[in-house]
Amino acid sequence: MTAAARITYREAIRQAIREALAADPRTFLMGEDVGLYGGCYAVSKGLLDEFGPTRIRDAPLAESGFVGACIGAAMAGLRPIVEIMTCNFSLLALDQILNNAATIPHMSGGQFAVPLVIRMATGGGRQLAAQHSHSLEGWFAHIPGIRVVVPGTVEDARHMLRAALADPNPVLIFEHIVLYNAEGELDAAVTEVDIANARIRRPGRDLSILTYGNSLPKSLEAAEALAKDGIEAEVVDLRVLRPLDNATIYGSVARTRRCVIVDEGWKSGSISAEIAARLAEDLFFELDAPIRRICSREVPIPYAGHMEEAALPRVADIVQAARMLARPR
Amino acid sequence: MTDFVMPSLGADMERAKVAEWLVKPGDRVKKGDVVAVVETHKGAIEIEIFQEGTVAELCAREGDDVPVGGLLARLSAPGEAPAERPAGPPAPPVREMPRAGPQPAREPKAEAPPAPPRPPVPPAGPRAKVSPAARRRAAELGIDADALAGTGVDGSVTLADVELAAQTHAAAAAPAEEPAPARKTRGGFDPAEMRKAIAAAMGRSKREIPHYYLTGTIDLGTALAWLERYNDGRPPDGRLLPAVLLLKATALGLRATPQLNGFWEEGAFRPGPGVHVGWAISLRGGGLVAPAIHDADRKPLPELMAALRDLVGRARSGGLRSSELMDPTVTVTSLGERGADAVIGVIYPPQVAIVGFGRIAERPWIVDGLVTKRPVVSISLAADHRASDGHTGGLLLAEIDRLLQEPERL
Amino acid sequence: MTDKPRLDRTHAQHLYREMLRIRRFEAKSAEMYQARKIRGFLHLYDGQEAIAVGIMQALEARDAVVATYRDHGQAIARGVPMGAIMAEMFGKLEGTCRGRGGSMHIFHRATRFYGGNAIVGGGLPLALGIAMADKELRPGAVTACFFGEGAVGEGEFHEAMNLAELWSLPVLFVCENNLYAMGVPLEIAEAETAIYRKAQAYRMPGEMVDGMNPVLVEAAARRAVESIRAGNGPCFLECRTYRFRAHSMFDAQLYRTREEVEHWKERDPVPRMLKWLRENGMASEEELREMDAAIDAEVEAAVRFAEAGTLEPVDELERFVLMTGVPE
Repeated sequence: MTAAARITYREAIRQAIREALAADPRTFLMGEDVGLYGGCYAVSKGLLDEFGPTRIRDAPLAESGFVGACIGAAMAGLRPIVEIMTCNFSLLALDQILNNAATIPHMSGGQFAVPLVIRMATGGGRQLAAQHSHSLEGWFAHIPGIRVVVPGTVEDARHMLRAALADPNPVLIFEHIVLYNAEGELDAAVTEVDIANARIRRPGRDLSILTYGNSLPKSLEAAEALAKDGIEAEVVDLRVLRPLDNATIYGSVARTRRCVIVDEGWKSGSISAEIAARLAEDLFFELDAPIRRICSREVPIPYAGHMEEAALPRVADIVQAARMLARPR
Repeated sequence: MTDFVMPSLGADMERAKVAEWLVKPGDRVKKGDVVAVVETHKGAIEIEIFQEGTVAELCAREGDDVPVGGLLARLSAPGEAPAERPAGPPAPPVREMPRAGPQPAREPKAEAPPAPPRPPVPPAGPRAKVSPAARRRAAELGIDADALAGTGVDGSVTLADVELAAQTHAAAAAPAEEPAPARKTRGGFDPAEMRKAIAAAMGRSKREIPHYYLTGTIDLGTALAWLERYNDGRPPDGRLLPAVLLLKATALGLRATPQLNGFWEEGAFRPGPGVHVGWAISLRGGGLVAPAIHDADRKPLPELMAALRDLVGRARSGGLRSSELMDPTVTVTSLGERGADAVIGVIYPPQVAIVGFGRIAERPWIVDGLVTKRPVVSISLAADHRASDGHTGGLLLAEIDRLLQEPERL
Repeated sequence: MTDKPRLDRTHAQHLYREMLRIRRFEAKSAEMYQARKIRGFLHLYDGQEAIAVGIMQALEARDAVVATYRDHGQAIARGVPMGAIMAEMFGKLEGTCRGRGGSMHIFHRATRFYGGNAIVGGGLPLALGIAMADKELRPGAVTACFFGEGAVGEGEFHEAMNLAELWSLPVLFVCENNLYAMGVPLEIAEAETAIYRKAQAYRMPGEMVDGMNPVLVEAAARRAVESIRAGNGPCFLECRTYRFRAHSMFDAQLYRTREEVEHWKERDPVPRMLKWLRENGMASEEELREMDAAIDAEVEAAVRFAEAGTLEPVDELERFVLMTGVPE
């Protein structure tokens, strides 16, 4: 057995789904085009042949119907993985997710749990235009009663699904479309990950860059550029947007005293706004500089390549913001 | 006799107008009978009665506007004479807050934490931008953060700026255009002159005073643990530094050995009028001064801490008073975190003693017969053998040690 | 289980008793609401009792029930204790949901009662899912999904019809068509007002039943449930009925005439059943008196239970936001 395997983020998720189906007969994958088509992003390619149509279930285009059905199935004893093709279509199922999945355990006084995993592709950067480029994970993170996880590495893509299935609550996993092709090392010694903690991907002393998803590789690239200037940036991969890992976030910013938050959602009312508020509330006296946020511009994401690039968070923007904080002159 | 009141038909219903009475005094009514039509903001609604009896009196007239809970009619129970006005339950107050049932006893509100002491009022003129971390550190060091030039975002004063100012003379950092004259640092000191003065005093001390020396090591584990608990949850300017514990213990200890607290003048010992501890303060630029904290044995710790901060701040900005320079009855020198393990001082004439504390560090220690680690500090006494003997000196060191083992009583 | 209801004395009295229990409970709920013991929204079932009672005769303990916010009838007929329902409406810890849900959200695990759903149409996908799970874990079990005719306007209704038939799920869809979605009459809401035909458009067996007659409802339910248990996929029953009270407590009923209400009251299932029992010697006056007294006592006991209830401690507010385990 090799110590490290190099695979794509997509392949990592496929392995995770395969492992989940093999491990628990109550688990199945349902979604549009997950079976015959092999998955819109080819995540479930080959799985229909391997597991058959009762474990890999193609659904018609009826998000509210089949997401709600998976919620009911979870309440009644199964362990579904429901795939919403992208978060752009999740709005059609928002009532079921918010008013049923997130609400019934609490509202029923704890009588029914909803042990459901919902996977969605998210994000922009492939010139898919406004209706197919949203980043709504921060929006969902507003809702009590669910967990929201955002795997940004191949390792997390491989192992977060298992932790999500083991959790008795609805867990929403957001997979960034640009990351599907990304390659990474899988350490065979790592057989599980948590869905609770943020992780420091690159330690640094001068400022903290808090980020997740496809903004993680952008932030790491920015950190490399800053290092050439003698600015050592610490890059924190949030990994979980609800609940946020205050301990790791606070620990990092308390040490570096400066913070840039990179978030692909629109800036107003985003998850970066929540983090900034928490830092202002709880870490006020540790801060040596204002907080800066790099988010998507508040526009529907355009199709033209140069316009889309300008609308989404850019490495250069992260570098510039960091430089202003750490080396203002 | 019972009251029939305006029912609540919805969460947002507050009042309704009696549109039509469907019963009149003398009518028998039973549960479920519709007795009136009321006009609400949603339209006309029939209201039912859930009591049995005879209508005794219609208290609201058609056209009256009645709030939810307001009296509509009175009923007499079957058999009861409807004639007299009953001493019934008082009409419920208008706009009574709805109650679903017995309310839980309100939790007594937790005592609001005392508001942190307000930061000093800034001077007239634009307030400098200072980062929160820098402001807190400046307060700890007794530096005026608003007077510093900032190198941070938007010209804000950063932590680094404060640390730098703490290492260079504060007067040099004050910008020349500072508007309010009260903030101007008063005339500082001339390092060369100060050096000459120190040389003269120290030379005289070593020539004239027969020093004897005693040393010891004090376990500060209990004291520091107590300090941590004390400081926990307090805002930065309410916290105590270890130095203030050492200062207080020394001052109290000197009450027990007054022969070490005073002056040798004209061949005799004169005890000091109080325990006025001269606290040695090193100045940026190479100076040294040991102004008095008056009656250090009698000040409570927070007051002592504030006095210490204030003294250090004024010493560094050149604002000491002459009494502070003339009044010390003993000197204490504490090297703090950056100093050596131990310091054995030179007595400031005409004083007769100088107590020295080294760096607080973890060392192997024996507790209950087992080796463990404890934070310990070395203490030294240099004393004038003309005024006291080693025995007395030893008593002082023992007393200081004993006092530091009961920090809560300091 | 045969598909014909036994209309012997015992069963006839049972049908009447169950409807009367609901009727009396709803009257008490109205009283408690006006007395401000019950707050928020209250949707009463008067007039529709024959449906809940008739359908429940065909269901067993292993089956599941999904209902709407007008859920007292189904809950009582299903066997959720009256005291627990009343306490829930009083906001008490001893209610079905610790007082968290109120009238619109009765959930009861022991009787597989999955709410109490307040989003019109929102319970239909849930019913699909429960049936999906039961198909694997409890073969033979049926999920009865109650909803009003207002729900058929929602996209979710159509998604549910299609998915249920496509996946051959063991669901009995019960549409309680009381002709008004709050204040919107059926004729101005639906191009096709014969609701059962919508199900047929998805190739689901569907029929219309007189929802004012518990015997006919029970017969139709038994036929449908037998078919579903045999694995033939979902069935749809449109039960035509009428609600005698307003949509909820605070409703001036500007959308219908008093005459129409009175006309429907002539078909009130409760007094009609009573009349039938008397005329056919199916119940003696003494039996009826005893029944009456027993039901009154049950309702009063429910109110006492609710009054005596306690309030959930506020510091438990966040309990069950996230579950620590899946209840078995």
